[in-house]
Amino acid sequence: MADVASIGTAPAPAPPAGIERPDFDIVPRKGLILVAIAFAVLVVAIAVEELWPLVFLHVAFGAAWTIIDLFLGLVLGPIMGSMPVPARIAFTTRLMPKMLLIMPTVVTITLAAGWQLGVALGTVDGGHPDHGWVVASYIVVGVMAIIALGLLEPANIAVLVELKKERPDPAVIERLMKRFIYSAGVIGVMQVATLVIMTKLAA
Amino acid sequence: MTEKRMPPVTQVGMLSLALIVAGGIYLASNITGDISLTPAVILLVLSALLLVGNLVALSRVEGFPWARFFEVAKWALLAYAITAGLIEYAFLRNDVSGGPLVVLTLSLVVYAVHVPTLIGFTVARYHERERWAYEAR
Repeated sequence: MADVASIGTAPAPAPPAGIERPDFDIVPRKGLILVAIAFAVLVVAIAVEELWPLVFLHVAFGAAWTIIDLFLGLVLGPIMGSMPVPARIAFTTRLMPKMLLIMPTVVTITLAAGWQLGVALGTVDGGHPDHGWVVASYIVVGVMAIIALGLLEPANIAVLVELKKERPDPAVIERLMKRFIYSAGVIGVMQVATLVIMTKLAA
Repeated sequence: MTEKRMPPVTQVGMLSLALIVAGGIYLASNITGDISLTPAVILLVLSALLLVGNLVALSRVEGFPWARFFEVAKWALLAYAITAGLIEYAFLRNDVSGGPLVVLTLSLVVYAVHVPTLIGFTVARYHERERWAYEAR
């Protein structure tokens, strides 16, 4: 099962007509400050071992993660898929750099705070009555992580790098966007399982 | 444009990630009990072998745009090393020690190297060699 990709020896294709792209940063540098603050809050919350900060971080960032995935996968994704290419590019160059910072931050904080919360509440203990549900959440998160890290994140970055080129290749953008949208859709559906597990644990 | 066959880096990378995720779930599910480390060690070794295999396979691709690969992968490596560090911090705060800590730490190393490899590969595979040479001038 080998992929076929163009890393050809022939000259690059002619510039595609009609592709206009706004100037953008692949990684919004100002946003890195907010990411650093969020991670610092996480470190403090873990260090102080108080229940409320952990609950706050896990619930707030977990809700953001679930809602963003559901909305992107099941609402925005199909809309993006049906947009004309120029509109999709305009939308992508505004949305995806932000997603590049938001998603890893939201996921890392949700998982780290959630694990610490599980330790504090005893749900990570094999003898806890809800332990089976907690393990189910590990599995769901694990599958989502494999898709996000292996397919979605690389496609996200590759689209942005392609769009930064002087002559972006529409075929490459199309292919990568398709991969991004399908991955987001699968993760969105899996987030329904997260909602079921988390509400069961909270009930 | 010439079409070149590329090794299945993404598929192998996802399999490698799946193996360390499985090992992590196994350990996390039994973290408070007295369990055998053997399944997690086997999963980690297989995952690390797939990482090495991926890097070897990539190194054999003629004309692969390594400059582009490293330009992206080095920043991804920094980002994923930070997230791996945060996860490691959580392990240490919870007094994870001995064999489980070693296995989990090495799993994080595989994660922090393999994900940037996948990102760098996905970007570089669509980068024409001639254009890179032109831009580098």
